[in-house]
Amino acid sequence: MSQFHQVFFDETDEHLATMESVLLGIDLAAPDGEDLNAIFRAAHSIKGGAATFGFADLAALTHILENLLDKVRKGSMRLTADMVDACLNAKDVLAAMLGAHRGGEAVANPAISAVETWLEGLVAGGSAVAPPLAEAAQSPAEPAVCTTLYVELDCCLPATDYQALLQSLTALGELSVVQEGGGHDQLPWVLIFTSTLAADEVAESLAFSISPEHFRITQDHGQQDEGDFGLFLSSSIAIPTQTAAASIAFEDDGFGLFEPLAPAAGDSGPAADMLYEEDGFGLFAPVAGPAAAPAAPAMLHEEEGFGLFAPLEPAAPEQAVAAVPTVAAVAAPRQERAAPAVENSIRVNIDKVDLLLNLVGELVITQSMLTQSSQELDAVQYERLLGGISALQRNSRELQEAVMSIRMTPIAFVFNRFPRVVRDLAGKLGKQIELKMVGENTELDKGFIEKLADPLTHLVRNSLDHGVEAPEVRVAKGKSAVGRLTLRAFHQGSSIVIEVTDDGAGLNRERILAKARERGMPVSDALSDSEVWGLIFEAGFSTATEVTDVSGRGVGMDVVKRNIQSMGGRIDIDSMPDFGTTISIRLPLTLAIMDGMSVRVGHDIYVIPLSFVLESLQPQAQELKTVAGRGQLVNVRGQYLPIVSLAAFFGNADAVAASDPTRAILVIVEAGGYQLALLVDELIGQQQFVVKNLETNYRKVEGMSGATIMGDGRVALILDISIIARHNQRPAPTAARQAMTDEA
Amino acid sequence: MTEQLEYHHGQSKAVRELLVFTLGQEEYGIDILKVQEIRGYEAVTRIANAPAFIKGVVNLRGSIVPIVDMRIKFGLGEPVYNAFTVVIILNIFQRTVGMVVDGVSDVIQLAEDELRDPPEFGSVVETTYIEGLGTQGERMVIIVDIERLMSSDEMALVDITDRG
Repeated sequence: MSQFHQVFFDETDEHLATMESVLLGIDLAAPDGEDLNAIFRAAHSIKGGAATFGFADLAALTHILENLLDKVRKGSMRLTADMVDACLNAKDVLAAMLGAHRGGEAVANPAISAVETWLEGLVAGGSAVAPPLAEAAQSPAEPAVCTTLYVELDCCLPATDYQALLQSLTALGELSVVQEGGGHDQLPWVLIFTSTLAADEVAESLAFSISPEHFRITQDHGQQDEGDFGLFLSSSIAIPTQTAAASIAFEDDGFGLFEPLAPAAGDSGPAADMLYEEDGFGLFAPVAGPAAAPAAPAMLHEEEGFGLFAPLEPAAPEQAVAAVPTVAAVAAPRQERAAPAVENSIRVNIDKVDLLLNLVGELVITQSMLTQSSQELDAVQYERLLGGISALQRNSRELQEAVMSIRMTPIAFVFNRFPRVVRDLAGKLGKQIELKMVGENTELDKGFIEKLADPLTHLVRNSLDHGVEAPEVRVAKGKSAVGRLTLRAFHQGSSIVIEVTDDGAGLNRERILAKARERGMPVSDALSDSEVWGLIFEAGFSTATEVTDVSGRGVGMDVVKRNIQSMGGRIDIDSMPDFGTTISIRLPLTLAIMDGMSVRVGHDIYVIPLSFVLESLQPQAQELKTVAGRGQLVNVRGQYLPIVSLAAFFGNADAVAASDPTRAILVIVEAGGYQLALLVDELIGQQQFVVKNLETNYRKVEGMSGATIMGDGRVALILDISIIARHNQRPAPTAARQAMTDEA
Repeated sequence: MTEQLEYHHGQSKAVRELLVFTLGQEEYGIDILKVQEIRGYEAVTRIANAPAFIKGVVNLRGSIVPIVDMRIKFGLGEPVYNAFTVVIILNIFQRTVGMVVDGVSDVIQLAEDELRDPPEFGSVVETTYIEGLGTQGERMVIIVDIERLMSSDEMALVDITDRG
C-alpha cells in the first residue's frame, strides 16, 4: 500500500503545483475556461486520490475547494481576487497536510478550518444555491459511488413549493436545474441531481413533498463513463405523458460539440431526448427521429465551454449527417491540445538511479585502470586489444553521460515557486513587480534542486525588499513604476549559471562600507567594488535601515553563500547604482562529479575542489615571511596570505614541503572570504572526480568533504577547504595588517 | 540474540554458525551472517588524525570502506602487512567495514550446550563485547558481538549522531 501512497503524494504534489501556477497566471477579468478546468481537474484528482487512500482531511478540504471552483467554472460565480487568494491559501494548507501524511509535522486545525470557512463563505456568498452539506466530504472514502439522477417534476405545485423542494435536495447532494418548469407551456422541471443516494432513496425523500405520480427519477448510466471519451446517447429516458416534448442536451464537463435535433414527437407521447456527456470529449449528434412532427420546444442547456451548436428545425436526416463532419473537425484540435499533457516518463526511485550511477562510475574507473596498464603494451603487437580499450573508453564515457542525464531535472522545478513568492511579497511590500523567467528548461542535478530553493528564495526576497524601489521612488528616478525581476538560468562550460537580476537601486557602496566600519571590520575606501559587494556575505551584515519580516535581519546572505559553496558552487554580485543588481550563482552540473585538482602531500594524494582554487605558484624565498617566528606568510602581488601546510594539518611526516616551502607548491584557495595558501608537495593534475561519501561506511573526517577513486583504483580524500580555512582562525585581512606592521 | 534463537529453534537444536579468526594465540568467533567476504590486504588511504588501529579507507568495488586492524586494537599478534594478511569485510548496521586479523581458521557450528557465559574479569579485561565462550573439546572460541564492538565509542567508526 505504501508504494501507492508514494505515487499519490507525488501526483498530488504535481496537481498542487499545477493549481498554483494556473491560479497565478489567471486573468481575473476574463478567466480562460481551459485554465479554470485545469484547476478544477487538479482539485478533483486530489480529492479522488485522497478519498481512495483514506486521507479524509485532504478529501474534505478539496471537496469544498472543488465546489467553489465548479461554480466559477460553470460561470455561476465570477472569479474574484479574493477567490484566487483563498484557493492559493487552500493549496498551501493542502501541501502542509500532505507533508503531515508523509510523516512531517501535523497541520494546526485552526489553519484548516480557517481556510475551509473562507472557501465555504465564498461558495455561499456568490450563489443562490447553498453549498452541499459536507456529508459527502465527511465520508470521503466513497465519493466514487456518487450517482447522477435525472429528476423530472410535473408542474402541478406552486412555485414556492418547488423552491423548498429544491433546497431540500441541495442539502443531500449537488443539484442543477436543467429546465425550469411552469410558465405557459406547462413544462416539467428537469433536474440533475448528484449525490451518494440511490434513486429509490431520493424518491422516498421526494415523496414527502409531492405525490409519486408527479415525479420521475431516472438513473444516469453515463456516470460509469466518467473520465472516458464518452460517445453516447441516452434517449428517451422518461416519457412524460402530459407534457410537451423536451429535447435536452446536457453537457457537464467536457467539450461537447453537438447538434440537438428536435425529437420525433408523436402526437400521443412526446419524447424527451437527452444527451448527456459527463467528462469527455464528446462528439455526437443525435439521430434524427424517424418522423418529423410539429416543432417542439428544444431545450439546450450548456453549462460551460466550447459547445458549438445550433438547434435545427425538425430534422431532415441529411442535415444531421452534414453536421457531423463539422463537429469532428472542430473537435480534433482540442484533442491534440490535450495530448502534450501526457508525459512520456516513468517514475523511478532515486536510489536506483544512484546505484546505476555508482556502477557506471565503477566501470569508468575499471576502464581507466585498463587504459593505464595498456599503455605499456606494444602498440603493434596488441593493436586489436588497444583498439578495443579505446572503444571501451569512448563507450563508457558516453554511458556515464547518459546515466548522469537521468539525474538532470529542469530548473523550472525551482523557478516555479517564484511567481507565487513574488506575488505575495509584492503585495506585502506595496511594490509592483514583473517577474520574468528565462531558461527554465536548463537542466541541473536533481540533488541541487532542493538545495537551491532556499538560497534562491532568499535572493529573490532580498531583491524585492532592498533592490526594487517603491513605485513612487521609481517614477521619481524616471524608471517605470513596475520593477522588473529576472531569473535566468543557462549553461556555461561545465557549470550552470543562475542569475537573479533586478532593475532596482543597486547596492550602496558607501552604506556597505559604513556598516562594515560600524561592525569593526578592517575595510578601506580603496577596496574594489566586487570586494565591497563581497562584504554583504559576511555573517550578521544587513544594511536595511529597518528590519522587516521580509528581510533585513542580517541572517541569510552568509548562509546563502555557505549553501552555495557546500554544493561546490560560487556566488558573484554585479551592481550598478540605479541600474540594478545581478547576483549570479555558478554550480557544477552535477553533485556526483566534481572538478578538482589533485595534489600530493608526502605519499598521500588529496583532491582540492576547483571551485575554491584561485591559483597555484612556487614561492620564492624572498616572498616568504614569518610572524612572531611561527606563522608563515607569502607575499602574493602585495597581499600577504597565511600559509597552511597540509602536511602539518594532516600530520604527514614524509612530506618535503614542511621543511622547505621553496621546493614545494602553494595553492591559493579562497573560502568564507579568506584567502590562504595551502602548501603541498606537488600538483598532480586537474580532472573530474566521482564524489563518494565517506560517511556511508565511516564517519565524518575533520577537514574532508568526501572521497574519490583515482584512476589506479586507490582512494583519495577530498579536502573541505572551508573547514581548513576556519581552522586557520586568523582572518586574512588581519594577518595582512600584522605583516605590514612587522615590516614597518 | 541467544534468546531469539532459542525461541525460534527450541532449546536443544539451537545451533549458531560462527566464523572463527585468530588474533595471536586467541580464537574469536563472530556471527557468520555479518560477514560479507574475506579478502587480502591492499594498500589503504590513510586518514589524518584517526586512531592508529584505523588503517584508512579502501575502494571496495566503488564503496569507500574503512579498515580496522584488530591486532593493533587488541594489542595481539604482529601488525605486519603482506600477501597473507587477511581482511574480513563485515556487513553491520547497514555499513561495510573491513577488519584485519591474523588469520581465518574455519567456520564452526555451536550447539546451545557448548555455549558458556562470558567470564568475569572485573575491570582487567573489557568483556562488554564478549557474548560468551564456545567450547568444542579442548578448543575455546571467544564469541564477540561484532556489531556492538564496531559501533562502540572506542572504535571511533561511527559518528555519535548516527548511532541508533
